[in-house]
Amino acid sequence: MNRTKLLALQIGVAVVALGIWHVFSTIPIGTAANGKPFYLLPQFFFSTPGAVIERVIKMFVSGEVYKHLAITLIEAMLAFAIGALSGVMIGFWFARKPLVAAVFDPYVKMMNALPRVVLAPIFALWFGLGIWSKVWLGVTLVFFIVFFNVYQGVREVSPVVLANARMLGMNERQLLRHVYWPAALSWVFSSLHTSVGFAVVGAVVGEYLGSSAGLGYLIHQAEGVFDVTGVFAGMLILMIFVMLIDFVVTLVEKPLLVWRPGETKTV
Amino acid sequence: MEGRCVTDAQTIHSIAVDLRGVSVAYGLSGGGRYEAVQPVDVAVADGEFVAILGPTGCGKSTLLNIAAGLMPPSSGESLIFGQRLSGLNTVAGYLFQQDALMPWKTARDNVAIGLETRGVRRSEALKAADAFLVKVGLATFGDRYPHQLSGGQRKRVALAQVLVREPKILLMDEPFGPLDAQTRLIMSELLLDLWQADRKAVMFVTHDLDEAIALADRVLVMSAGPHSKIIGNFEIPLARPRDIAEVRSEPEFHRLHSAVWACLREEVRKTYGLPAHGKAGGGATS
Repeated sequence: MNRTKLLALQIGVAVVALGIWHVFSTIPIGTAANGKPFYLLPQFFFSTPGAVIERVIKMFVSGEVYKHLAITLIEAMLAFAIGALSGVMIGFWFARKPLVAAVFDPYVKMMNALPRVVLAPIFALWFGLGIWSKVWLGVTLVFFIVFFNVYQGVREVSPVVLANARMLGMNERQLLRHVYWPAALSWVFSSLHTSVGFAVVGAVVGEYLGSSAGLGYLIHQAEGVFDVTGVFAGMLILMIFVMLIDFVVTLVEKPLLVWRPGETKTV
Repeated sequence: MEGRCVTDAQTIHSIAVDLRGVSVAYGLSGGGRYEAVQPVDVAVADGEFVAILGPTGCGKSTLLNIAAGLMPPSSGESLIFGQRLSGLNTVAGYLFQQDALMPWKTARDNVAIGLETRGVRRSEALKAADAFLVKVGLATFGDRYPHQLSGGQRKRVALAQVLVREPKILLMDEPFGPLDAQTRLIMSELLLDLWQADRKAVMFVTHDLDEAIALADRVLVMSAGPHSKIIGNFEIPLARPRDIAEVRSEPEFHRLHSAVWACLREEVRKTYGLPAHGKAGGGATS
């Protein structure tokens, strides 16, 4: 299928979905018992696509949204940086020291089994309502993804590649640098989309549960006053925000994973 | 004293790999032992090309791993140029059967790394790597990653990776096994050409009879496992330098082929649980 046709179809899906939303929220399909017009999607609960888009534009024009975007972005970036760094280091450590891994194994599994949302209130208590409670919530999400990937990556280095590297005269330090490290990193990069996504989730959920700024806060505020248009506007901004981040991740990972076998295109 | 040492060293030095009474046994998970290789003696003289031939699973590769120092023997010892081997064999290069290139390094980085580990400056190592890639016919492929190369090209890179370090002993574990017939022939030619230039001791493990005779000075035949041992030792008096394609049509080649095959045949049948040849119709006694 060629690109333009695909794009046209994709846009078609959006137009149809928005069309249905618009029609059923603005055109009554009958009259209710009390004589008022009856809508399938009452505006009070569903707003209208036009109102949502208008609100988004207004938020950007007035500039009030930038502060919230910046806060969420900083939280997500810090969560990713701290989570990824600690995940790489501890994953490496566990993979190279089987005893440590064996001792901590049940605790790691227990921590990972815990739904992270329940930590949000306690983090708010420990780290306050500022950005750090959100950052640490994101860290608990990102850490485990990166940790498991690095752990797996280091342990599953091909024994043949390893034997070859040793026959080529590598000492322990050189093995770490030329074999284990690249093997582990390739796993981190392949999980980059998931871990960046979770960093944003951590930030937004944390904001939602208690904060004074950020996209999660915006949505929560709107919800509190039954401002459905505001809720949808916040969700739309969040979606675009996450897609942009995902796009950046794709740009970053491409040159880092050139050595990976992928599709070979004929020209 | 010093004079004696030198003569001593000279006599010993003519043997590159000397496996003495080496056996291999594995502990089984349910207790007990699996005797893979009976005590065997294998000696490879300096400059000699020895092929070890045997059915699959007979422990040929195990012997190579012992000579490489990648695993210790259960009993016996390995002497490398007269020195008892403990730890890795640092004067040997090992060409593996499977892909052993680092997939995250380009072809030239893969070749250069063996020199860098030795402390050669990176710029010089890369220069030497490029020169060797030319020798194996991959002059323009230096910047490719392993997955962008064909199986035969990857083997060439692996060959360059091993040879660039100028090992005194070459250990090869069915290196051309996964390649198609034509590529194998080309690779064998390349190997012989490179080997002819500065004869190193070679231990070449294979299950391919033709390949063993065409390449080697001497062919050792191993019996089927368990309790594998060396059951045949054939000198290959074919003239050098050899033309791999030509040599196969010589009458001497055919004579050797029949002789080695007669030795190997029963062992191959054993691995597949077939009755010994000639006794197939023998009746109830077997």
